Parts: sequence; C-alpha cells; structure tokens
Amino acid sequence: MQERLGKWLLSWPPLAYLVVFFLLPSLIMMFAAFRYPGDYGGLMPLTSEDPATGKLVLDITLDNWRDYLTLESFVRLVDEPLYIELFIKSLWYATLTTLICIAMGYPLAWLIARSPKKYRDLMLLLVILPFWSNFLIRIYAWMILLGPQSALSKAINLVVTAFGHEPVSLLFTPFAVIVCLVYVHLPFMVLPLYANLEKHDMALLDAAQDLGASAWQRFWKITWPLSLPGVYAGAALVFIPALGMFAVPDIIGGTEGIMIGNLIKQQFLETRDWPFGAVLSIMLTGGVLLMAGLAAAVGRGKQKAKQKHG
Amino acid sequence: MALLEIRNVVKRFGDFTAVNHVSLSVNAGEFFTLLGPSGCGKTTLLRMLAGFEQPDSGEILLDGKDVSNVPPEKRPVHTVFQSYALFPHMTVRENIAFPLKMAGWSADKIAPQVDELLEDVRLSKFGTRYPHELSGGQRQRVAIARALVDRPRLLLLDEPLSALDAKLREEMQIELINLQKEVGITFVYVTHDQGEALALSHRIAVMNSGQVEQLDMPETIYSYPRNRFVADFIGQCNVLESEVKAIHGDGTMTIAIKGCGEMKALAREGVTVGQQGWLALRPEKIKLDRELPELANEAYFKGRVHDCLYMGDVTLYIVEVGEGVRIEAMLPNSAPGLAKLFDDNDLVEIAWRFDAGSFLTE
Repeated sequence: MQERLGKWLLSWPPLAYLVVFFLLPSLIMMFAAFRYPGDYGGLMPLTSEDPATGKLVLDITLDNWRDYLTLESFVRLVDEPLYIELFIKSLWYATLTTLICIAMGYPLAWLIARSPKKYRDLMLLLVILPFWSNFLIRIYAWMILLGPQSALSKAINLVVTAFGHEPVSLLFTPFAVIVCLVYVHLPFMVLPLYANLEKHDMALLDAAQDLGASAWQRFWKITWPLSLPGVYAGAALVFIPALGMFAVPDIIGGTEGIMIGNLIKQQFLETRDWPFGAVLSIMLTGGVLLMAGLAAAVGRGKQKAKQKHG
Repeated sequence: MALLEIRNVVKRFGDFTAVNHVSLSVNAGEFFTLLGPSGCGKTTLLRMLAGFEQPDSGEILLDGKDVSNVPPEKRPVHTVFQSYALFPHMTVRENIAFPLKMAGWSADKIAPQVDELLEDVRLSKFGTRYPHELSGGQRQRVAIARALVDRPRLLLLDEPLSALDAKLREEMQIELINLQKEVGITFVYVTHDQGEALALSHRIAVMNSGQVEQLDMPETIYSYPRNRFVADFIGQCNVLESEVKAIHGDGTMTIAIKGCGEMKALAREGVTVGQQGWLALRPEKIKLDRELPELANEAYFKGRVHDCLYMGDVTLYIVEVGEGVRIEAMLPNSAPGLAKLFDDNDLVEIAWRFDAGSFLTE
C-alpha cells in the first residue's frame, strides 16, 4: 500500500507536466485543424450566431484538410505537388542526416567505448561540449564556415575552377542544411550508441574469433546486431527532430533548402493560417508514428519467424 | 607423435612472467588438465594455445607444425569459455551453427550436423531457444556443442564448470567424461579445482608461478606429490619436517620426524644422509586405533586426540604425537550407527606403512 502511494507520489508531477504541456496542446492542435482561421492569425471563435435563425452554431470544418483528403486535392497534388514534395524532401533530408550520423557516430562511439576507462569521460565531455554554447550561435558560426569568404569555400572553388567549372556557393544550399543537421544531431547518435557498445561483453568477440570469424565477420555477426538497440535509439533521436527542424534551413538553407518545418512555421507566423499549420503538424507527427509502428511490426515479425524456424 | 607439443614457452606481461619455460606434450585423445591456483599461468598458457596470446619465446606445435603465430580464427582449436560467451542474439541452433557458417558450409550440410550435436548434448528440444531462456547447465552444454561442431583437433576448456552449483557440477563432470570418450577429441582443461582435475583427467600438470611443478596421472600426483606445493595444493596432506638418517639398499631409507621419532620410508633418488626434508602423508593412509600392533615395515606412534572434525562420510582426527607435532588422520565412518570412534583427549595409537608417504626435498 505504502509502496503504491510512493510510486504515485513520484509519478504524478511528470505525468501532470506531460498532460499540461504536451497532451493538452496536442489536443488543442488537433482541434484547431478543424476550425476556421482568424483574420489576423489565431482562430475564429468556436461558435457564431446564425444571422438567419439567431441560434448559436458550431463552426468546425474539414476545409483545412482539402489538400489531403478530397478527390479534388489529388488533382491539385498532381498540378501543384508542393506540399507532398516538401514532405518527401524533408523525409529524405532527415533520412540522409540519420544515415550520415550513423556512419560517423558509430566509429566514434566504438572508439570511446574501447578506450581506457580514464579517457572515456573526457571524450564524452568533448562530444557534448557544443551543447554548452547556444544552438543559434553555432548555426551562425556555420554560416561563416560555409560563407564565400571562408577557407573551405575558397579551397573548394579553387579545385572547381581549376577543372573549368563556375565557382559554387556552399551557403544557402541543401548541402549546407545537411551539413548542419548532421553537426547538430551527431551527439544524439553517439551517446546512445556509446551506452550500448560500452556494455558489450568482449568475451563474445573472443569466442567468435576462436570459432573462426574474421574481423569483418566479428563486426557484422556480433557487434553490429548487438548494437542495433543503440542504433535504433540514436536514429530516433536524430531522425525525428531533424524531420521537424526549421531553424537550420531558415538560417542556412536558402530557398532550395527549405523543409516541412519551415512551411509549418510559415503557416503560423506569416500566412497566419493556424488551422492549416495544425493539419501539416498532424500529418508530420502521424507520418513519424506510422513509420515507427511499421518498423516495430517488421522487427517483431522477424523475431517471431526466427523463433518458429530456428 | 604427440598431438600438441609445448616447447620451452615463455610469456611475460611487463615485469611479470606469467609462463616460465613450460614444456609438455599432450597425446591425441587425451583428457589433459592444467591445474593450479589463480595466477599460476594456466589460463595464459591456454590463451596461447587458442592463439589469443603469442609466446615471447618457445614453440607451440600442433600436429608437428608450429602454430605460435597463427591467429585464433585459423587454428583447428576451439575454446569453451568460463562465461560460456554464447551469442545472446542467436538461438541455440544458430550458436552451434556459427563455426560451420564461418567455415563456409552450405545450409543443407549445416542442419544435420547441428542436429547431431544437439542430440549429443541432449538439447534437441531447445534448438529455437535463446541463451537467456536456458539454465546454467544447458548453456554450458550449448557452449560445448558449439565448440565441438566442426570437430576441432583440440578443445580447450577454461574453468567451464566454475559457474555451476556443486550438484550440477558433479553431473556435468560425468557428462564431460562421456562426451570426451564419445567424440574422441583431445581436451585440454584448465581448473583450480583439484577434485575436478583428479576426477576428469588422464594426466594433470600442476602449475605454480608459471611453471609445471608435476606432470603425472591423477593417482600418482595424489599419492606421491613431488614437492611441498603439490602436496599442499592437492587434497589434505600432513607435511612433517624430517631428516634422512640412513639409506638402505632395498629402496628404503630411515628418516627421523622432528619431535616424533624414526621410521622407515621409501628412498628417494638423489638424497643424502643428513639431508633435511619433509614427509608428505595423506590423512586417509594412516591407521588409527586405541591399540595397534607394532609391525616391522610400519611407522608407529602413540598420541592423544586433540580435535575431531566430523564431516559426515569421514572424520578427521588431529592427533598430537609429540612435542607440537600434530598428525591428521582420516577414518571413514563406515560403521553402523553414529560411528563415533574417539573423543578429544583419548589416548590412541597411529601407524602407517613405510610406502604410504613420500619424502620431499623441496
């Protein structure tokens, strides 16, 4: 009894926090997706007086979903596929960012996990050191690093012009967006991977080697499959925020590098069409949940098949 | 020709010499044990046989070929690790199939071979389980099956039973002996448990401080330890300070046990009259009663029971026979009833045959 009381006392503050600051806003947003936009942003009042009858009517609508739900919208999608294209492009950027983070973060996490214990904390500290300075300042720093006057730009253009091509701009390109997305999210890949790799039992690698596995086979048959939970955790921590990111493309991406997050932000702050912004947000969240659900289902299916057939 | 030959192998870690000029050979089909306390170099030697460590000098020959610098994955030698080291993300079948897959066997050849091994270790019904779903003893058997599946020339076992409880350990010992007979593969077994070593092995190498102290059959090691370390390490043993008094031509000599008296003992090569040494004597080789006849070829002393340690099947009596000289004698409690023979302070007589113990010079 007392134990249950203790559990309850411990768990209600975070629960209350999540309800007030996550669940309620999410519900409000979902609800907003079915209401009319206000003239200067915000939403129209939920009810209005019917001028003919004088009765109060509920003003909710499916109009905001027209781009996605109606037959008409499919026609529009073919004619003017901007939004869907932007979704696909954002998914592609986030996927690419995640893959690059795995490719770069894995060796780093492995190196830290295999280092002598006394150096590990220092190395981890270096990984999270960028968090100590402001996010926006770091992105502006990249603006300088990728700008036309930077050593990197000059070096690349030296090579490019030597081969007879026009000089290129690094800033305000999708390239700049990917570089910064990777830079911002790399620690979120390294930390869960490190936490996983550090726990690996070295005896397993000895055993695999003893049983005839080459270094390559030892990695792909033992280390990699055992590190998958870390890879998944890191991928989720990178993919989801990268997908919704708007600050990085805003600052560094130019018109070419715009992502779905920018569109959502635009709906709320510039176009002042809150309901449509809410629709886009829900689609983004729904898309991520759908993909996560599919991945989990595939994973479970594989596990079951293995149990069955050995 | 011996299957495995270790010649003058030395391994150092910094200033520490883990294996110090060890030479020994293991015959094909043998159950060979490296026995010693922790830090004696037995595990280092095993790791050199597996290929995880390279000797600083000396040679390791397998089937007559020097394999000292062959990496572990290329040696026809497998190890059963102390922690089993089963792959947690693979089923029992996949674990056992692993060496075959690495060797490039085709799937249709792997399946029957794995089936056979599963049967050998009585785990046919557990093929689709994961290691964490098995008991300690079952994991142990999977580890052994995995290491035997591609018929290595040599199987190395690194304290494989130390994680099991006493009862299970005994069962696994019997299983190991049977399995080794069945598959006919040479086992090199590392343990610090002398009981296990005596029970399992054809031959035992007792190691200490990186060197082999004695290499013999279990019976010889137990009955005639070559030095004080072996006598102390294996079983219980009376080690009595003695001096050689006379050497006779018939393979015997007379020694004087300090504080006790003279007796006849087996002669030992190389000893001289006046040499100091120790008589090593197993407690169960000693006769103990209220009255014993004095025989010509037996040592005979009167004493007083100082302590009795009742251990169920046997009782250990500590008998004071002289000034500060205490001898441990062990009697089976084979008599019906409580079988309590003596009490503290009882006057008793003890005796042992001249060849019951051995004279140690070091």
